[in-house]
Parts: sequence; C-alpha cells; structure tokens
Amino acid sequence: MIDTLRLTAEEAAGLLERGELSPAELRRAYLDAIAERDPELHCYLRTTEEAEGEGVPIGLKDVISTKGVETTAGSRILSGYVPVFDATVAARVKAAGLSLLGKTNTDEFAMGSSTENSAYGPSRNPWDPSRVPGGSGGGTAAAVTAGLAPWGLGSDTGGSIKQPSALCGNVGLRPTYGSVSRYGIVAFASSLDQIGPVAKTVRDVALLYSVIAGRDPHDSTTAELQEVPRLPEGDSLAGVRIGVPNELTEAEGIEPGVKEAVAGALERAQELGAEVDECSLPRSVRYGLPCYYLIAPAEASSNLARYDGVRYGPRAQASSYQGTVDRTRDEGFGDEPKRRIMLGTYALSAGYYEAFYGQAQKVRTLIIEEHRAALERFDVLACATSPTVAFPLGERVEDPLAMYAADLLTIPSCLAGLPGLSIPCGLSDGLPVGLQLIGPQFGENTLFRVGHALERAIGFDTVPERLR
Amino acid sequence: MAISRDEVLHVARLARLALTDDEVERLTRELGAILDAVGVVSELDLAEIPPTSHPLALVNVWDEDEPRPSLPLDDVLANAPDREGGYFRVPAWEQ
Repeated sequence: MIDTLRLTAEEAAGLLERGELSPAELRRAYLDAIAERDPELHCYLRTTEEAEGEGVPIGLKDVISTKGVETTAGSRILSGYVPVFDATVAARVKAAGLSLLGKTNTDEFAMGSSTENSAYGPSRNPWDPSRVPGGSGGGTAAAVTAGLAPWGLGSDTGGSIKQPSALCGNVGLRPTYGSVSRYGIVAFASSLDQIGPVAKTVRDVALLYSVIAGRDPHDSTTAELQEVPRLPEGDSLAGVRIGVPNELTEAEGIEPGVKEAVAGALERAQELGAEVDECSLPRSVRYGLPCYYLIAPAEASSNLARYDGVRYGPRAQASSYQGTVDRTRDEGFGDEPKRRIMLGTYALSAGYYEAFYGQAQKVRTLIIEEHRAALERFDVLACATSPTVAFPLGERVEDPLAMYAADLLTIPSCLAGLPGLSIPCGLSDGLPVGLQLIGPQFGENTLFRVGHALERAIGFDTVPERLR
Repeated sequence: MAISRDEVLHVARLARLALTDDEVERLTRELGAILDAVGVVSELDLAEIPPTSHPLALVNVWDEDEPRPSLPLDDVLANAPDREGGYFRVPAWEQ
C-alpha cells in the first residue's frame, strides 16, 4: 500500500530505482488517490490515464502547453485548445522520464489568489475544503498536499506559486526571473512570469528545479545558471545572515497567528546558528502592490490581445470580422481578465501612459534597488508568505482589491526578479502558515540550504489533520 | 480617481471587448476604485529614476541563424475554428 499523502518524490524515485515498485503501480496509486479525493477538491482540470515516462509522476498547471493534452489556462476562451507542441518545461520533465498525471486548476490566465476565477470552478483546500487553496496555482498546491501528485509545476507572476504553497502547507519555489524557460507557457505578464516547482520537501523542490532550469534557445530572456542546483544537506545555518524587513513584518492585515508562526521559525533559525537582524524596504510594500497592478495588467492587456477566435479557441458568431473578435473576447474572458485587460489598456493609453505605466516602471527600479541594498547586508530575507491563512471560499470574490491584497508580501520580490521559497512554518487556527525566504538573483542554492535546515528544525507535518 | 462611462467605453473599444451594459456599469465602478489604489505611485517624484522594463540585465541575445523546420501546416491549423485550404477563414471586414 503506497501512502501518497506521505511519499516524497525522492522516496518514490528510490522505490522505482530499487525495483520495489513499478512505474505503473506508482502512477496507479496517484490516479486512485485522485479518483478518491479529487471530486471534493477539484485540483485537476483533466487527468491523463495513459502517459509516457517510467519515472515519478507529475501534475502540471494548466498554463503549461502539453502536446496532445488540452490546455485551457482555466479560461473558456481556450476550451478545446490542444497544443501541437510542448512547452520547454513540459519537454524537460518528460525527457527526465516524469509521467504526466494531468493538468491542474488555476485562476483564469493565472489571474487570482484563490482559484475562484477558474472558468471551470474553484479548487478547495485539503486542510479545510470550505476554504480556498490560494491561487492562482491552487490546483497544483492542493494536489501535492492531498497526495494527488508527488510534485508539480506552477507559474508565478506575483505570488501564484508561493501563496498557494503557504495556504496548503507545502514548499513552493518562484525561481529567479530568467532561470526557467517561459516558452510554451500561456503568457500573463512577460516581465514577471516564472515557472517553478511545488512539492512536500525542499529537496524535492530543488530536484525538480534542477530538471527545468537553465537557458533555452526558445526563450531569449533565459540565462545560463551561475551554479549547478544542489540538493541541500545539513542542519547548520552557521554564518547565514537573515534580514527581516520591518515593513513586510508590520504591514497592515498580517494576522497575529501568522506573525507568531513566522517569529517562531526565526527563533529556530537563530538556534541553528543564523544571525537574524532587522532591515528595511521602505517603499517596496507601500508602492509594491500599486506598481504591480499597473505593470502586470498592462503586459496582460498586450499578451491577451492574441485571443481573437481566429486561430484557436471557440468563436462567437457575428456578420463582420470586427464583431466576431469583439464578441469572442467578451464571451470568452471571465470577469478578472476583463478587469485587467481594461485596467492595462487604460494605463497604456494616450494621456495616461506616463502617469501610470511609466511611473510604475520607475517605482520598479526603486524596489529593485531597495532589495539589492538589503541583500548586500544579508544572505536571505525572511517574512510571512501570505498575510493570512486560507480564507473561506466566496469571502473576497466580490472585492477585487481585497483579493489583490493577498499578494502584498510576495509581490515586491517578484517585481525585483528575485527567487522566493515558501516553506510551511506552523499552524494558525489549524491552518498552515508559510515562511517566505527571498534570495539574490540566482541564489536558489542558498534558499534551498536555509529552507532545508529550517524545514527539519520546524518538523511541520504536511499531511492535513483531517486526512491523517 | 473617477473614470467616466465614456472612458470605459473608449478603453473597451481599444481592448476589442464588446462589453454588455451591466459590465460597463460594473467596470466603471471597479476601475475607479482600483485606479484610486494604484494611483499612489504618483506621490513619488521619480524624474531622475530610470524605468525598468525587465529585471534581468540581458542585452542583445544572439543565436546562430540556423534554419529549422516549421510546424506542419495541418498542425498550425489544427485548432482553427474555421479554415479553408491552408488558410484561417474569418468573416469579412466591415467597411
């Protein structure tokens, strides 16, 4: 009997390697778990009964193009779309032998913090199905926690990997911008989008990162890695300097239970030998969210211009070309993409460009400089990943600004292009709290080392109480 | 910062969205509130600060000019809602 709730990808690979389990048996265990628990949790938009690959199975967020397997990005406007090529990350996981379990749910075009914006219905949090799993990558995060995939890939623009991992109690990495190829990804905001791994342990995340990272000739915004990704070992944090940004600790809306769990994790870090000290990112919090909600919608309005019902996707019927395009877009996009297309088009339009988009690009420079200065003093920065634990379904859907605030703490480092790792650091009201570790560009190995040591010291049980 | 109904209609035309009346009404309200929140970026005097369009300092990424096969035409057209021969077929442009 395989306990998919506890089995890590590394352990699964060991079982396969030693011949204690066949690839088919391993896949079957996950497909059985999906059949049992996914009707309640709705992590998958579709599963693949048959798939190539003799290695550890994997779930991929539905923004990742998979040849021959429908890819919708959680949108009606891509319903029925079957890619004719693999995204580079999909090709790399297949080349590594990983077999596809299915495509995981996401907010439409990865726009959201709860998966409630998916055109195909929300996913639910395995710790409490009346609550959201976070978003946009709530499907992948919930699947990993519920034992419906040993690991998976998500995409992160302003927090869509880190925040769901925090709310579901697992480990998620948003890699350095440029370290993982975006070729074949359904684009949202191209200067921010990154693909990254989600798993139960930091070592699994590091292993999956090593499979997908590195320069891709198909994506000219990728760079050669400066160091080979290393699987972290060891428990000591001697000599590691951890900076705790005041503004990210004192920000309005951080729940007391979240603060407490994060403070506890920082005490563990000190016990392991780390030097922990305060630092400051004075403008990154006040201006980070506004800056992001100008830049990301502006880029989205441009990227989403391609959905016109001409080359793929459903097409609305109208007598003229113009009417066909305008109606296809109105019928195909849900409320959140429309909001962002409108906001971004406005911010880029004549008369407003300099005041909104141009100004936001300059704010982004300030945010980058603040992070660079802080990371000259410290090896990593640490704070909560999400201001709150998982919130109830429906609580924020009518209030876009309340939903946007869910990413308050993840957005600044995303704007700066920096890698961020979320690890579970405790419970508040019986729900997981995530600790966010931010490193310098291409500092993934440092994040893995710190995350791994802390994960062992904290000893968080990633299996939700109700499923134990 | 208020945004008028006419401005919303203008932006919708730029964005190629045939919004319904209800959507225009709701978006007028919502965009006003969002623009209020994001408008705080205008508090800062950033005249001397250069803009960032991209967080990674990459300049002029060149690759070898090697011909590679393109996707077969049938693959390119495989997802088309309507096609004719080797073309995507669409209704006529309205003059």
